[in-house]
Amino acid sequence: MSTIRVRNLRKRYWSTEALRGISFDINQGEVVGFLGPNGAGKTTTMKILTCFMAATSGDAHVSSYDCSKESITVRQKIGYLPENNPLYADMTAFEYLRYVAELHDVSSSIILERIKDVAVDCGLSDKIHQPIGTLSKGYRQRVGLAAALVHDPEILILDEPTVGLDPNQIVEMRNLIKKLGKEKTVILCSHILAEVEATCNRIIIISEGKIVASGTPAELRGNVEGHANIRLIIRGDRQEVIKMLKKISGVRKVDSYTAKEKGAYGYDLITTKKRDLREAVTQAVFENEFKLLEIQKEVVTLEEIFNEVTKGMKTI
Amino acid sequence: MNFKHINTIMNKELRGYFNSPLAYIFITVFLVFSSWFYFRGFFLNNIATLRPFFTMLPWIFLFLIPAITMRLWAEEQKMGTIEALLTSPISEWEAVLGKFLASFSFLIISLFLSGILPVILFFVGRPDWGMILGGYLGSVLLGGAYLAIGLWISSLTNNQIVAFIFSVITVFTLFIIGQPIVLQTTPVFLTSFFKYIGMGAHFNSILRGVIDSRDILYYVSLIGLFLYFNVTSLKAGNGIASCYYEFIKTI
Repeated sequence: MSTIRVRNLRKRYWSTEALRGISFDINQGEVVGFLGPNGAGKTTTMKILTCFMAATSGDAHVSSYDCSKESITVRQKIGYLPENNPLYADMTAFEYLRYVAELHDVSSSIILERIKDVAVDCGLSDKIHQPIGTLSKGYRQRVGLAAALVHDPEILILDEPTVGLDPNQIVEMRNLIKKLGKEKTVILCSHILAEVEATCNRIIIISEGKIVASGTPAELRGNVEGHANIRLIIRGDRQEVIKMLKKISGVRKVDSYTAKEKGAYGYDLITTKKRDLREAVTQAVFENEFKLLEIQKEVVTLEEIFNEVTKGMKTI
Repeated sequence: MNFKHINTIMNKELRGYFNSPLAYIFITVFLVFSSWFYFRGFFLNNIATLRPFFTMLPWIFLFLIPAITMRLWAEEQKMGTIEALLTSPISEWEAVLGKFLASFSFLIISLFLSGILPVILFFVGRPDWGMILGGYLGSVLLGGAYLAIGLWISSLTNNQIVAFIFSVITVFTLFIIGQPIVLQTTPVFLTSFFKYIGMGAHFNSILRGVIDSRDILYYVSLIGLFLYFNVTSLKAGNGIASCYYEFIKTI
């Protein structure tokens, strides 16, 4: 039984269709990254899941409670860090956390303990009595995260949690998310690929209101590795080498260029999908008595996958 | 309905008032203006009555009460904090009542501070206590209705100034509609209706010291109605705001 079940969710704003029927499941304990360009519908999906607004059609269930009908129960189970991390500037971090905890029915006997715990977890203890308006961006983000955690939710939804943080703070935030992912189901919205790759064990890529790809980072790579390259530098006659390389089954295209090394040329092999030709290539090179100087399999980065699927070039 | 939630929101908003200069400005302006206008006539009339104070209150409230309510929802919508609030496991009624009761308590605190006037009267003459108490009851009810209207209008926009101006206009219309000056020019079949829905007539009748359950019922239902509007506008949530926004854009 999945913790979050979304079926054919659609959302229309006045004239634009933000979500065009998306469906996905998230299991307990998963850390799922929601990836997409700005305006793809990530935030809209999160707002529907947190019951902030209703979908136009389709349904969303959290722990088998319907988001539109049993919204209070759903909200109790979710800790939410909204986009841009809105906070009341005139309250101190402590006051704010207590306010949030009271609204989430944290019993008054453990409220102070909970606040202390999340403040320690989020590295907030030293600034807890400062007005939020005077805190730096990094600390504000921690306050937002602490507020999402204070009622110990089963599910954590973080919408762009690292926007505006400096590199050190980003690393800290990612480590914190990783730690939280061990106990909770986490949904992380982001348009930063490295972030999703570093923290999530599953990625859902969404573009123009539709899911265009989903899977583990490795699976996604496998899917796009059509143009997966092998880069070679081989010493020997250029035409002969090209002829030889083209004979190997699975090679779709060979590009060559002059290499730094004297008498050697560089070659880029474009292979057909999901073939690893490194062995076949080295074998052929040795058999034809050329000199292999370098061989390298290019790893597709998430950036390339992202570009590919969000440009609408290919729908997986 | 969970009263703990209402209490939490109410406390937070009340603290918000007193943490900002707004509360002190409001109370000072309210006390200075009302006493100034009151004492201007006081020595001329030479009567120990608070009646001029109460007849003036609707006009002071007209500008001061929208100032109390304008930020309550508009700021939350502008800052986005409304998202954190409405994704907490609370019902819309709890949120609306919490905010309303906070502003209502603030109003009562301000009216309580104006209690120095009847105390002075008590020393210089023999005022009619029944009328004074009736006047305070009427002011509380009238102020409550103004607050409910202002709170609702604040939920329709994310701009405090817009909320303020539209609240003043709406409150003014609803107050003036039952006054003789309007009734003279309205068609006959509408006069009794206008007279009933206008806030002014009910206020004047409470001021006379006649506490009629119909007047009280009128104010309580008016407050209830606008709080209900407020709940529906929150339920429509982003929907309604984006509808307005798109509507304005298309014009």
